[in-house]
Amino acid sequence: MIAILDYGVGNLKSIYNMFKKVGVESVITSCVETISKADKYLLPGVGSFDHGINSLKNAPFFEVLEKEVLVSKKPILGICLGMQLLTNSSEEGKEKGLGWIDAQTVKFDLEDKNLSIPHMGWNKTTPISTSNIFKNLNENRFYFVHSYHVVCNDKKNILASVKYGQEFTCSIYKDNIFGVQFHPEKSHKFGMQLFKNFGEM
Amino acid sequence: MLQKRVIPCLLLHKGGLYKTERFKKPTYIGDPINAIKIFNEKEVDELMFIDIDASSQGREPNYKIIEDIASECFMPLCYGGGIKTLDQMKKIYTLGVEKISISSQVINEPSFIKNASNIFGRQSIVVTLDIKKDFWGNKKIFINNGKKNTKLNYIDFIKKIEKLGVGEIVINSIDNDGMMNGYDIKLLKEIKENINIPLIALGGAGNLEHLSEAFSIAKVDAVACGSMFVYKGALKGILISYPTYEKIKKILEK
Repeated sequence: MIAILDYGVGNLKSIYNMFKKVGVESVITSCVETISKADKYLLPGVGSFDHGINSLKNAPFFEVLEKEVLVSKKPILGICLGMQLLTNSSEEGKEKGLGWIDAQTVKFDLEDKNLSIPHMGWNKTTPISTSNIFKNLNENRFYFVHSYHVVCNDKKNILASVKYGQEFTCSIYKDNIFGVQFHPEKSHKFGMQLFKNFGEM
Repeated sequence: MLQKRVIPCLLLHKGGLYKTERFKKPTYIGDPINAIKIFNEKEVDELMFIDIDASSQGREPNYKIIEDIASECFMPLCYGGGIKTLDQMKKIYTLGVEKISISSQVINEPSFIKNASNIFGRQSIVVTLDIKKDFWGNKKIFINNGKKNTKLNYIDFIKKIEKLGVGEIVINSIDNDGMMNGYDIKLLKEIKENINIPLIALGGAGNLEHLSEAFSIAKVDAVACGSMFVYKGALKGILISYPTYEKIKKILEK
């Protein structure tokens, strides 16, 4: 059972719908007991960094989640802002991130001023490391909407990259912790494959 | 690199899916949920749903049908029709919709865009403007399904709402709607040269060549099509279709 973490931020219904479509059992929840019993976690997120991290850290389940992820090593997947929250900090806000992966979230600074921000639309990602989460996804494209992106301090945490004006990291990992900048729940067959992979991990 | 988008645009009318010509003669196409399922299988880039009754009837959006559509839609979804308040918007985003298109309300109260964009983020706010030639042949923004001329200068108005925080603009040509003879390229090109936010062309597409023209000449960021993806052949038999990824790639390379 995957717990889709409900901390008042993000489009949870679309995520639930896609897990259901690929036959993976999930529940949208903020219940401490359900979260402690879940096998895996999905950390959604849209909106600003400070609002996101404060809402998550103030959620009643936060301590339990921290223990299950960092001590019990249960898999967690952060999506969009959910991935940015896994990093140490963001140029979008003043608050500290979770710091579960050694990386920073920074604002896009593109040389080509004709490129609009946010980076919005479908883009092709390139695998940098091998992981089961990108199984059968060498040929892919995903839907992105974001104005900030993640920079890893240690290159071994980079899972995939994408090109928009410049090459940047769009997926990160460390042991049981995963993040994707794009929206798998809105990336039809490619998102379904990724969710299926996460469900089977 | 970022791929330019090709978006089916579907019209909700009397609870079903309809297609119009110059905003008149609504023709029944089929059941909306069934159409979504087909578009899902065809892996479309994005979908746009416009309830053409909501504003003109002055009623609330149909939340039940929006929820049903969103739960079957595994790609970005834009809903438009009857939006007047921030509460309505919040409710629709919660149902699993990414983008909301606003039309009449932005004409009545342009600052609405600023408030909406501050709360929901500009990437989730779309403005759709319906453009038609008036009695003297000048192109103007119309509302109420093309019945009321706002007499606004479209370039000035678009620049104004761009500053207020709209994420994308859809330009819908009423004169070209359902005619399948191509987009109003001149109009789109003029607008594109005056704005920095993404521009989506709507109204008139009949074949892939028309999409290619909008991308290569008018430099639009996305194209939306109604008739082209629901009709087949000169007799307009109803058949839901969408070009393959390879075909889209080809027209984008032109």
